[in-house]
Order: sequence, then structure tokens, then C-alpha cells
Amino acid sequence: MQHMVPAQDAGFRVRAATSSDLPSVIELDRDITGLAKPEYWNDLFDRYVNRGRNRFFFVAETDDALVGYIIGEVRAWEFGSPPCGWIFGVTVKPGTRLGRIGTTLFEAITTRFREAGVGKVRTMIARDNTLLMSFFRSQGMMAGPFIELEMDLDE
Amino acid sequence: MKLQKATRCALYAVLELAADPQRQMSASEIADKYGISLNHLAKVLRSLGREGLVEAVRGAGGGYRFSGNPKRTTLLDVIRLFETIDSISAGEHEPGETTPEGMALRQVLEEIEDTARATLSSITLDTMIKLIQRQRTRWVGRQAPDLALRTVGL
Repeated sequence: MQHMVPAQDAGFRVRAATSSDLPSVIELDRDITGLAKPEYWNDLFDRYVNRGRNRFFFVAETDDALVGYIIGEVRAWEFGSPPCGWIFGVTVKPGTRLGRIGTTLFEAITTRFREAGVGKVRTMIARDNTLLMSFFRSQGMMAGPFIELEMDLDE
Repeated sequence: MKLQKATRCALYAVLELAADPQRQMSASEIADKYGISLNHLAKVLRSLGREGLVEAVRGAGGGYRFSGNPKRTTLLDVIRLFETIDSISAGEHEPGETTPEGMALRQVLEEIEDTARATLSSITLDTMIKLIQRQRTRWVGRQAPDLALRTVGL
């Protein structure tokens, strides 16, 4: 389904991902993280493209290329939390940033979360990833009631 | 976390001015609005001016104007001009810091500081202005029932 961003107005459009987007998503992720993860993305496409009414995967594209994506799902009762939307992947191609692509992707997925009946959206970000954290902050996200903990298992 | 007076003055001033970069405001207008010392604010505005965040506008109707980039200036950028959020300044030593107890305490305090730093460095003035607008809407919403009661004479 197309999100409501006509290419002629914004220079890009947002739509649900399809299987044919796989190579472009792998490439975009590799360009940004410096690591190609074809197995990970193959598995993710299997599980999130056209699967399940509470799983969402949107891409942003210009006439020439895929320039961003966002992935998330509704999760329920993990750690005692009532159903809420989770965003676990978002990327916008450098050079096309600050053009509302990320915001439009975010709006597309949060619209779907609302339609799925949830009233909360969450994500997790590395503390030193200030660019991504600033993006989510600019959308209005604040610290939630959970604290992420971890430990080294070899101690 | 408690901010020092100068930091709080600076944040009020930049947020007030960044909300409308075209607008000029005098130091006394800002001081009156937030109930802060004019002398204190004047010093703070000079510091902000040196950093290029505000500029003084001379002449009649002069005052201060925001001259930074609200999408690129974070709360931490402003706070760092006036104080450090580290519990121990660089080069400073605390008694017992090399004992296991001291190192464990340091580890815990650093966890808190890392979180504070991550929060303050991810919130831009532009994001703060949106937060303020949201707070204003809530505040008006909270006042509305009260106003309605007063209107009907209750």
C-alpha cells in the first residue's frame, strides 16, 4: 500500500516493502553500517514482507533509488508490557537526509501501529548514536519506563 | 540532576529566543518572564554571544536575537558552556578511587552520567521547542475546566 507522499511534491514516496526491494535494502544497510548481512535481511524479508497484520516494513524511494526503510511490529506482553509498537530498524541514505524521508517513514509506521490498536511506540538505540537518537527525539520520543541491562558472559 | 543558576538562565534565554529567531527581546523582558536576576542573565547572554548562539541588536527596540542553528544545537552544547555534568573533573582525584570500592562506585556513577549525557546530547533546541509547545497545550488543557467553572460562576 502506498503511503500518502506523492513523488512530485516531496521528491520521494513511501510504500510497503516488496521482495524485489531486498537487494537495495541490503546495499543501503551495507553502505551505512559497513557490513553486508544478506542472511539477516533474507530472514527479515521472509518474516516481515507480506507476513502478519502486525508487522510493518516500509521503504522510501525516489525515481532512481531506494533511499530509506523502517521496520517494526506490534509486540505484546514482553516484560509485562501491554501491546505496543516497536521500531527496530530505520535508515535514510546520507545525502537525502533532512528532507523529511525519515519523518515520513516514521509517520507511516506509527499510523499503522495506531490502526493496529496500540497507543505507544518504542525503540532501542545505542547511547552513542546521537544522530539516530536525535531523530527519534525530534519525533517526540522520550525515555520509557524500561532500562536495558546486559553483562559479559565470559566473566 | 540540578542545574546551576547560570545554566538555567542560559537555557531559558536560548529557548525563548530560538522559538522565534526573527524576534528581538531585551534582557529585562527575559529576566522578568522567568523570574531571574537581570545581572546574572546579562553575564550569561555575553557568554552565549561569544559562542555565536545569540547576538545583541543595537539601537531603539534593540535586544537579543537567536543566531545559532536550533536543529544543530543540543542541550548539552549549552550546558557545557557553564558547567560539567561529570562527577569528577578531568585531573581531579577522589579519596579511595583506586580501591575496588572506589572503582565500583565510579562505575555506577559513570553509568548515570553516560545516560544523562546521551539524553542531553540528543535533544536539540528545536526538539525542546516542540516539547514546550506540547507542555503549553497540556497546560491550557488543564486550565480549561477551571476556566469553564469560573465562567459559570462556580
